[in-house]
Amino acid sequence: MNPERVKRLVGPLLGLALLLLPLLAIEPRPWLTLTVAGLAMGMLIFLVAAGLTLIFGLMDVLNFAHGALFSWGAYAGFTVMLLVDRRWGWAASPSVLANAGLVLLAVAGAAVVALTLGVVLERVVVRPVYGQHLFQILITLGATIVLEELIRIVWGPNDQVMSVPAALQGSWDVADVVVLRLPVAAIGLGLAVYVGMRWLLDRTRVGLIVRAGVENNEMVQVMGHDVRRYFTGVFAAGSALAGLGGLMWGMFNQSIRPSMGGEQLIFAFIVVIIGGLGSVTGSLVGALLVGLSYNYVAYLVPKAAIGVTMAIMVLVLLARPTGLFGSGK
Amino acid sequence: MSDLLELEGVHADIGQHRILQGVSLRVRPDTVTVLLGRNGAGKTTTMRTIMGVLRPRRGAIRFDGRPIHELRPHAIARLGIGYVPEGQGIFATLTVEENLRVAMLVEDADSRERMRRVLALFPDLARFGGARAGTLSGGQKQMLAIGRALVNPARLLLIDEPSKGLAPIVVEHLIDALRALKAHATVVLVEQNFHMASRLGDDCYVMDDGRTVHAGPMAALAADAALKRRYLGI
Repeated sequence: MNPERVKRLVGPLLGLALLLLPLLAIEPRPWLTLTVAGLAMGMLIFLVAAGLTLIFGLMDVLNFAHGALFSWGAYAGFTVMLLVDRRWGWAASPSVLANAGLVLLAVAGAAVVALTLGVVLERVVVRPVYGQHLFQILITLGATIVLEELIRIVWGPNDQVMSVPAALQGSWDVADVVVLRLPVAAIGLGLAVYVGMRWLLDRTRVGLIVRAGVENNEMVQVMGHDVRRYFTGVFAAGSALAGLGGLMWGMFNQSIRPSMGGEQLIFAFIVVIIGGLGSVTGSLVGALLVGLSYNYVAYLVPKAAIGVTMAIMVLVLLARPTGLFGSGK
Repeated sequence: MSDLLELEGVHADIGQHRILQGVSLRVRPDTVTVLLGRNGAGKTTTMRTIMGVLRPRRGAIRFDGRPIHELRPHAIARLGIGYVPEGQGIFATLTVEENLRVAMLVEDADSRERMRRVLALFPDLARFGGARAGTLSGGQKQMLAIGRALVNPARLLLIDEPSKGLAPIVVEHLIDALRALKAHATVVLVEQNFHMASRLGDDCYVMDDGRTVHAGPMAALAADAALKRRYLGI
């Protein structure tokens, strides 16, 4: 067989082996349930990490406020759902159309609020500190505190219960295995976002310029492209994805709290590092790796779950310092 | 005829370091002007300052009579200034064709026609159009870097050390390609390879310690052994 082809098969085969490995210690039924939950968790982390990796890769910006945008997306979506449900009762409606309408409105609310905050954040907070990593960390951490406190002022400091539309509640019985609907919806959404991002990056001129910018943004500028415009666009899109991730995470856990974004940010950074800076595919693979390993290990040795994700990151960095799909920028 | 590019007493810093300390030069239209000097003389910094990547602390840069030293890099490029940086600056993860497409200011019939001309000028690029640019040889990468600067209607090309690290046979091919370029645009060439510089240059400037210390016709410098020894160590 052609060595190039063999090389290309190594990754997927290794992934499949890792996926099946837990079957040595876990019964097939719980394994399938854990796999679905792990894939869903991975997809939700991917929504946060995808925006972060582009912002990190293209703009060289360490945006610690990304987690706060995640929280704001969750609260914005929660508010939209609450208002629409109070007015028309779409959450408990048996109509799938009403349920879908409710989710779409919540998604739009989450994305628009996070996008708007992202643009303001980029223009006011991040732009003055381009190229200065220490200041970026300090100022975006400061912005995180402000944004989280604003959530506490508007919605209060306590957890809020997020309603889930009836169509997404419950489960399917697949060959005697319980498959929850919401994780399947999260997997579908994550895949749709990935396909959309790949299409945008691979098939459009904007995507081509963004990919070039991730590799060498100075060169893109001297070719006549206004990188700042692309920076703002990518920052806005990344923020909208964080908001979408926050909403889906809230629905997944059926509760939201002001600090939820900060808690997820650590996973997102681990995923970005595992996948390689600026790589959307790397983020997807890294997120699935983290989501699956977290769920398997949490089932077997609950206390080791976070440690395993850290260990994966360390192992990947030792084997490939640029991450699985990093270009070595 | 008025000068296409003019630098007047340009000073520029990189961080705390004062790199350019009074660079003045004039580039006549339809000529190749060569910037010579030892390593660290400030040649590359001069190119980056013209392109707006570095903002001059003092002095003026004019293109076609218009001050450009306060413009941002993309605005300078859009005036018709193409830049081939030292080390080529190609996008290794993009294909050869994508590298050419990303360089186009707009993807229209004219730019695609110019791309076809670039591929005719550098047949290797046509052969490896779908290959990732990072897999090309050093000479092919240099062709790609130059080709990218030609897919737009550039009036001025800034080319920084195109022969660096290339085998002699590749340098010969490069000289032929750069000669062909002279018909299309005015060129400012930074070059350490004196043999190549003397074959291509019409005018030359010698830089030392961040200043222009000699200006004149290339042929005169080539004939002046004392000056070459003094500033270039050859």
